[in-house]
Amino acid sequence: MEESAKPGLRIREGDCAVLKRDEVFKAVLVLRRRKVIFEKQWFYLDNAIGHIYGTTFEVSSGGSLQPKKKMEETTTETKEAGTDNRNIVDDGKSQKLTHDDIKALKDKGIKGQEIVQQLIENSTTFRGKTEFAQDKYIKKKKKKYEAVITIVKPSTRILSTMYYAREPGKINHLRYDTLAQMLTLGNIRAGNKMIVMETCAGLVLGAIMERMGGYGSVIQMYPGGGPVRAATSCFGFPESFFNTLYEFPLSKVDSLVSGTFSSETLPSEPEYNVPAEEESNGSLDEKQTLIQETEEESSTEAVMESNETEEQETMDLAAEDTEYKGSKEKGNKENIREKQRKQQERRRKLVETAALLEEKNADGLIVASRFHPTPLLLSLLEFVAPSRPFVVYCQYKEPLLECYTKLREKGGVINLKLSETWLRNYQVLPDRSHPKLMMSGGGGYLLSGITVTAEKVQSDASSLEAQKIEEPTSKKRKLQELHC
Amino acid sequence: MSFVEYGDTIKDGDTAIVFLGHESMFPVKVQHGSKTQTKYGVIRHSTDLIGKRYGSKVTCSKGGWVFILHPTPELWTMNLPHRTQILYSTDISLITMMLELKPGSIVCESGTGSGSLSHAIIRTVAPTGHLYTVEFHQQRAEKAKEEFQEHKVEHLVTVKNQDVCKNGFGVSNVADAVFLDIPSPWEAIGHAKSALKIEGGRICSFSPCIEQVQRTCLAMEEHGFTEINTLEILLRVYNVRTISLQIPDLGKAAEDNSSTGFDSSSQSNQGSLYGILQQGAAQFKSGVPLKEMVGHTGYLTFATKSLF
Repeated sequence: MEESAKPGLRIREGDCAVLKRDEVFKAVLVLRRRKVIFEKQWFYLDNAIGHIYGTTFEVSSGGSLQPKKKMEETTTETKEAGTDNRNIVDDGKSQKLTHDDIKALKDKGIKGQEIVQQLIENSTTFRGKTEFAQDKYIKKKKKKYEAVITIVKPSTRILSTMYYAREPGKINHLRYDTLAQMLTLGNIRAGNKMIVMETCAGLVLGAIMERMGGYGSVIQMYPGGGPVRAATSCFGFPESFFNTLYEFPLSKVDSLVSGTFSSETLPSEPEYNVPAEEESNGSLDEKQTLIQETEEESSTEAVMESNETEEQETMDLAAEDTEYKGSKEKGNKENIREKQRKQQERRRKLVETAALLEEKNADGLIVASRFHPTPLLLSLLEFVAPSRPFVVYCQYKEPLLECYTKLREKGGVINLKLSETWLRNYQVLPDRSHPKLMMSGGGGYLLSGITVTAEKVQSDASSLEAQKIEEPTSKKRKLQELHC
Repeated sequence: MSFVEYGDTIKDGDTAIVFLGHESMFPVKVQHGSKTQTKYGVIRHSTDLIGKRYGSKVTCSKGGWVFILHPTPELWTMNLPHRTQILYSTDISLITMMLELKPGSIVCESGTGSGSLSHAIIRTVAPTGHLYTVEFHQQRAEKAKEEFQEHKVEHLVTVKNQDVCKNGFGVSNVADAVFLDIPSPWEAIGHAKSALKIEGGRICSFSPCIEQVQRTCLAMEEHGFTEINTLEILLRVYNVRTISLQIPDLGKAAEDNSSTGFDSSSQSNQGSLYGILQQGAAQFKSGVPLKEMVGHTGYLTFATKSLF
């Protein structure tokens, strides 16, 4: 079979890859001799390097990965089975193998498939189960003992599903289908000039960048000292994608809108706005902590962010320290010059970004943050051209109700829509198809609309607008329904 | 303007969207000398549209006004002429993300239908990707080709008039993703697999009936697809309304001094809960669901083709 040398096809050292086992995902950095823990298993990724993404592995003794060949499922001849469960008593004693027996099998290096077979043979109730119940039993045991890991390439689909399952607190409980709606409603595509304001660990930014394919430009607005882009680095974008990624501090937005912007005072924690390779260093740390962390409340999130910047700072300082190991004197002078150069570069970039914003011709605005959406929208919409879509995500509905009202008052927007999506998974098996038991309770809310030329005149225009959107007549309602 | 790129001003030959008000809009082909009738009067293309900025307000002959919007696939989906039942943006959004579409993706689709999903795919894979779309109905295939030309996206799409179940997509091992919205998708799974790249890709089948889904899942499994997953997505829209609920009159207690509950004199206690506008009513903002909503459109089944 031809082995294509296409970039991105094979797992390389330094890649951000996603480990997958059934429905569970976890992002890891592919590094040699680095122990990885995933689903109660410890292993090294060394053997995975060079394989094609999508390869499935088994963890063998010693923690090394062995590629698993797709084996033919042993044909199940019509086995003995029961008709229903009226005689099956669950006394916890139907499995004759003890915990220790199973452990002994595992220690002997017996393959998972064999262990499952042993469990079936030593179960007193197995023969009495219905075929469906036997099927379910085998699936359950396989899931537990046939530990198979697939290494997949990151994408918006995979990362948004992973974050929602593992760390929803970091992404304001933005469910992946809601993110999908945002990307489409916002008409995110190659060539756009997008303004993004998100506090979702950079996941929304990454999703937007993926859909833009490196074409066009993105200006990321950020609170505090600098943008968090931990998730963005997981996507594995080529360097060139970051050439048209800009950032701008929220703390300067007011001055920009009012025309009093000055680049003299930069936000604190200057180490944050750094070129790509240092950024990836910081996010390396981020990713390791990503592996350990559990869900957090938004209050601790703020603490988290400042911790991250400190981490990054110590990392960068350490890098700078090792760089200038030469004589102390020389080291200090160069250090200072280096710092000055960096500051000037940052200032230059800030002015450049401010100019981009001041053109007021952005092709769209996406907001998904832990902040109240209203002030963000009212100010950031100033930078968007007319007849362009905008989408705001909020974990809660009420702030969007207020946002809607304020936008109506302000004018300059039409087609406002407040919505949420409802997602349901299905089990599809012959004679056993039904929706799955567990459903996501909620995935957040979206407010979307389209900008129009802002009006100077106002009371009659806004009242006319209000007239047009008030309680629709019954005829219009019918039209609404048809249009889904 | 283009369906794959923004333009600032309205030009002759553009497709623009005329917005009259809440959920009321229609597409218009901009042409020198043309006139468009609206309930607010006439719009004269040469004077009212051409050269104006997209997003502008245009006053019609009778005095009423409209907004002229730049087309997007989403606006097109809401306004296109239906030749078949179409896919709406809610399903389209999920399909786009779950198939991992992005600039450069090669996509195969059948049936083309009214081109709703096609326009959205073209927008996402531009400028370097391509859509191969197959439609077995001759007139619909023709109309789709015409529309893609009118919308200046014909370089990004190839329309084939054939039966995908018998003859496949007409391409082999080139697609990153395949989408099926046909009556018998299980008959096209084999063709879908061969259209997908050797190293793998994603597939999606959309079917209204669960029986179709069952057959399709089985076919996918038999052909070695993995990660088979069926789901459905519904959109819930809320209308933002200021609601005023009357405060019930529970009468007055016998003694003068007592004042409890909803007695008007002690409304200040309740007042902190709601903004009390007038005597006896509490006002608040609410997101009110529509009386009736679109429930089920279809089941979406996704799967992965991989080498393993």
